[in-house]
Amino acid sequence: MKPNVLKVGLLRGGLEIKQFMRQRESVVFTLLFPVILLFIFGSVFKGEVGPSGVTFSQYFLAGMIASGLVNTGFQQLAIMIPIERDFGTLKRLRGTPISPVSYFIGKMIMVFAAMTVQIIALLIFGVAFFGLNMPTTFDKWLRFAWLILLGSICSAILGIAFSAVPKNGRGASAVVSPIVIILQFFSGVFFVFSDLPSWMQQFAALFPLKWLTQGMRSVFLPEGFATQEVAGNWEVSRIAIVLAIWAVAGTFLALRSFKWSEK
Amino acid sequence: MANQLAVSVQGLTKVYESKASGKKIAVDGIDLEVKVGEIFAILGPNGAGKTTAVEILEGYRDRDGGEVKVLGLDPAKLGSESWAWRNRIGIVLQSTNDSQDLSVSETVHHFANYYSNPRDSESVIHEVGLDEKANARIQSLSGGQRRRLDVALGIIGNPEILFLDEPTTGFDPEARRAFWDLIRKLRAEGTTILLTTHYLDEAEALADRVAVIVDGKIIEISTPENLGGRNTAKARINWFENGSRQEIQSDSPTAEVAKLASRFSGEVPELTVIRPSLEDIYLKMIGKS
Repeated sequence: MKPNVLKVGLLRGGLEIKQFMRQRESVVFTLLFPVILLFIFGSVFKGEVGPSGVTFSQYFLAGMIASGLVNTGFQQLAIMIPIERDFGTLKRLRGTPISPVSYFIGKMIMVFAAMTVQIIALLIFGVAFFGLNMPTTFDKWLRFAWLILLGSICSAILGIAFSAVPKNGRGASAVVSPIVIILQFFSGVFFVFSDLPSWMQQFAALFPLKWLTQGMRSVFLPEGFATQEVAGNWEVSRIAIVLAIWAVAGTFLALRSFKWSEK
Repeated sequence: MANQLAVSVQGLTKVYESKASGKKIAVDGIDLEVKVGEIFAILGPNGAGKTTAVEILEGYRDRDGGEVKVLGLDPAKLGSESWAWRNRIGIVLQSTNDSQDLSVSETVHHFANYYSNPRDSESVIHEVGLDEKANARIQSLSGGQRRRLDVALGIIGNPEILFLDEPTTGFDPEARRAFWDLIRKLRAEGTTILLTTHYLDEAEALADRVAVIVDGKIIEISTPENLGGRNTAKARINWFENGSRQEIQSDSPTAEVAKLASRFSGEVPELTVIRPSLEDIYLKMIGKS
């Protein structure tokens, strides 16, 4: 009987997590990098965003979580998959009956697991050292949960789709990293989004990171802050729609463009 | 059963084009048939087109011409049969360097999940002789052990046909012998095996039939014993006479030597009788002698 695609995907997820955990450098880097960034931004920008009573650290926490999703999903996969192509991992898989969908599911599970641990580390650090406020209502935690889930899926599948672009593992980082960094600047990860020039805001609105960051602000900033958003409110349902569209488009692109090997 | 074909190839052609070196015909119209249950070797020097040909059969590469059937299907037109077809074949690629952070046992057990009717993972690990290394990380394996793992992953799905691309390159002699025994065992269990090699002794030791490929063309298909007309090759007899070396070729060297002996009535000056070795024949075939 043909093995179930989802079941094989879950098994691959377990294997991917195991492999990830055994590369100590990447574990430490993935988990600590956002914490270090929060520390730097929190130390440099003391004070509040406008007259809102919201500290910069609190504002950047939302950005760190959102950009963590992009780093762990999109950036990591778009760099790692070309390397796996170079090492022959994908060629070997191609010679077995495994479905590419199972491979995709495995990657997503790995991203989701890494993300969960990363966020927990970030929140503990933020509360312990920067006195950051956590959401107080069940609704906000629920929103936080679906943002992470949808954000992980979206980010991972786009990373898989984009992995067809770099020619090989050596050049992958040079192709992928600038895109991520520019998007982070444009999407209000490192700056207050409403302070950015409007052309930058509109460009960023085409991509998921801006919406993910805004969603995270809606979770971690007080309700009253919504009036300072560009749209004057959190636009929660629009966030869900944009992320869902990108997830579907990413799936379509990944299935079409995914390459097991260079040839 | 014995007359059924696991692989049939007619007029297979593959051309690579690059801006730097122009057109290169990697595979130039080859024909071959592999019967179910046999070990078939494709023997040739590096760059002869062995890997290209085999990767077309494995479904990795497109072809530019010819007909190919592997287990009754065209690897380039699998469509919805793709899963079922791959479920029946096993592939050992030329060189691999993946899954460094996993153990042998984890990897073999995991790959078993991809197939509908896998072999028992523990007994596969045992068969390839990796019991002692079962819990070792792949990065700690020697080249020969890694190759054994590659074979374990190639046979875990219980394939009807196993492709082996230069399986023993870089092995020490002892590891090669052990590897050959493993391949023979697989054949005894009924697996059809198609292997490429640039080692003549490997083809001779393992194969029921051998195809010699040079510059993308098959120049001979034969059993190892008859390769290059080895069984009927004439012996060269030479000696010294009238101030220079004389040479004749003969099917019956003993009779010729007897004739010479009576003509010289005793010792024939500087007599030598040479039978071509398989190595000589092979080198001649691939144009290196």
